[in-house]
Amino acid sequence: MTVAAEGSPPLRMAGSRRSPLLQSEAVQGFALISPTFVYALILLVLPILVVIAHSFWTQHYLTIDHTFTLENYRIALTEPIYRDLLWRSLYISLTVSLLTVLLAYPMAYFISFHGGRHKSLWLFLITIPFWTSYLLRVMSWKVILGYNGVLNSGLMGLGIIGEPSDALLYNSTAVIITLTHAWATFAILPIFVSLEKVDRTLVEAATDLGDGPLRSFLRVTLPLSAPGVISAALIVMIPTVGDYVTPKLVGGKDGVMIANAIQAQFGKAANWPLGAALSVTTMVIVSLMAGATVLSIRALQGLAR
Amino acid sequence: MLERVQTERTQSDRTMIDIRDVTRSYGSFKALDNASLAIREGEFFSLLGPSGCGKTTLLRMIAGFDTPTSGSIAVDGQPMDGIPANRRPTNMVFQSYAIFPHLNVEQNVAYGLKRLRLDAGEEKRRVEEALAQVSLTGLGKRRATELSGGQRQRVALARALVMRPKVLLLDEPLSALDKKLREQMQVELRRLQQAVGITFVLVTHDQYEALAMSDRIAVMFGGRIAQVASPKEIYQRPVNRQVADFLGGMNFVKAEIVEENGASLVLDTLGFGRVRADKPKAFVRNGGAATLGIRPERLRVLWDNASAKFEVAGKVVERHYFGEITHLIVEIPGLEKPLSVTETNDFGADDIPVGAPIRLAYDPEALVAMAD
Repeated sequence: MTVAAEGSPPLRMAGSRRSPLLQSEAVQGFALISPTFVYALILLVLPILVVIAHSFWTQHYLTIDHTFTLENYRIALTEPIYRDLLWRSLYISLTVSLLTVLLAYPMAYFISFHGGRHKSLWLFLITIPFWTSYLLRVMSWKVILGYNGVLNSGLMGLGIIGEPSDALLYNSTAVIITLTHAWATFAILPIFVSLEKVDRTLVEAATDLGDGPLRSFLRVTLPLSAPGVISAALIVMIPTVGDYVTPKLVGGKDGVMIANAIQAQFGKAANWPLGAALSVTTMVIVSLMAGATVLSIRALQGLAR
Repeated sequence: MLERVQTERTQSDRTMIDIRDVTRSYGSFKALDNASLAIREGEFFSLLGPSGCGKTTLLRMIAGFDTPTSGSIAVDGQPMDGIPANRRPTNMVFQSYAIFPHLNVEQNVAYGLKRLRLDAGEEKRRVEEALAQVSLTGLGKRRATELSGGQRQRVALARALVMRPKVLLLDEPLSALDKKLREQMQVELRRLQQAVGITFVLVTHDQYEALAMSDRIAVMFGGRIAQVASPKEIYQRPVNRQVADFLGGMNFVKAEIVEENGASLVLDTLGFGRVRADKPKAFVRNGGAATLGIRPERLRVLWDNASAKFEVAGKVVERHYFGEITHLIVEIPGLEKPLSVTETNDFGADDIPVGAPIRLAYDPEALVAMAD
């Protein structure tokens, strides 16, 4: 707090002899961000460094051998179980972000282009599910997808299926469905914001130059809202790779993801270095996947002519 | 004179845009009230009026972005009812230019051509041609974000012209440019229109722009078309006080109608005495009162002992210097408002002392009778 006070323009603490250093804009800027910066340093950078350090060590029951080794990474990358879990996590998060963006886009488009005076009401309504705890929402998906759940009884009532299906819950599909619903709002908002920024005259200009509604959407609105699509995809993709609660609750045996394995290493298996190596590997791969996503959306945007 | 010869070459009497009894209401507010207008083929036509007069609404209805509440619009003999904007033979230059920010200059210009599926060579040739028309040759690869205001305007123009529309609609295209560039673009736009021979419809609130560029002007107020005529006629023979006041300066003098016949009016005024003036085409008598108008530049200062057949005498009360001209405010006995006079500074009008007696000559031809 004191740091922030020092940075603000009326420098009371500096008193009569004003230090020229504190007058400089750069220093004032750093002073302003320093509380957040220190916070991030202590709670984000340091733990990550600790995790990275652990990943190069070895666990011997209760002690940790601090000799440098790449053994943990060898296990993380070659053991079939971890490879499968990582692939599954990437597959789930990629599918979830794709589905979420596909489902969120029309909603964001509707609010932005046809929301009229009620835009803020619509946005407000979309946030309503977030008033309840995430656990409750996952539980309610259990109620919907379960053996005696809403969906099964509904389908049976309609005569579409003869007996309850157990294919709905406790597998990766259940994880995908739950995560897609959970992250919808986080995808709608950035897409909405970027659609709001699309100058409506540009759409008119496209129409004037002969484009029908679909063509002008594909050639103008969609490429110009690409930044929103990119942030929506990243916002959904990055956290879902490491999601732990959802697979634990609705994933069953087939829905286990890499985060559950990491948790096990830090917990029951008590092999922190391996857990750390798995975390770092996941982090690197997620970054690569995020980068690839950004590049491919950009490339698609470039196709619009 | 040269201009007039060219005008006759490109302009025909064929109607290109036929606007019949068009009304556009928003609730109880009428943005456009029963407007009828025939714009000729190859004509540079301006819709002039203050903001909110309905000129942009009318333009957008021609483009297809708005639909008339009642009435009809036909372009080149084809009724436009129910035809969406993307299938009309019109193209528009937007006020904000609406340059696609994710495309470069070439791609912007070629935007509408893509749909026509021309072969690559033909498309390239037409883009080059359009860029040359607006003097942007060589800037095709420039990103839209790297253009100056004037260049953006040219891209917008090229993008519309490349479609070879029957009608080019321009929505205040020069309002975002600075004065010098604006004047330069006025000349260029006019030249371009003469060269391509396409019907141009320009929306503007700048009377000088309209006067300088147009073959004909429609002056609009409050959703109604007040007068449609050539720039010269609009300026010299405004149909009413509102039109006269909107286009340049005008001195208004209260008058009584003494006699009214087919082509002229005889009016009694306090300052100018009994005068005969041309009767405007759409003159509607409103009791015995009328207004007599005279433009400030049509009053000339009489020096020393010079005399004129028609003159008024008064006293200078204010003097404003504008470089090449001087603006004098002259009080005339009997007139409720002093007269504005603009005089060139060639003979020393900028040295006339305030308070000095002054005599002003006028040509009775310059007097305009207006309905009150």
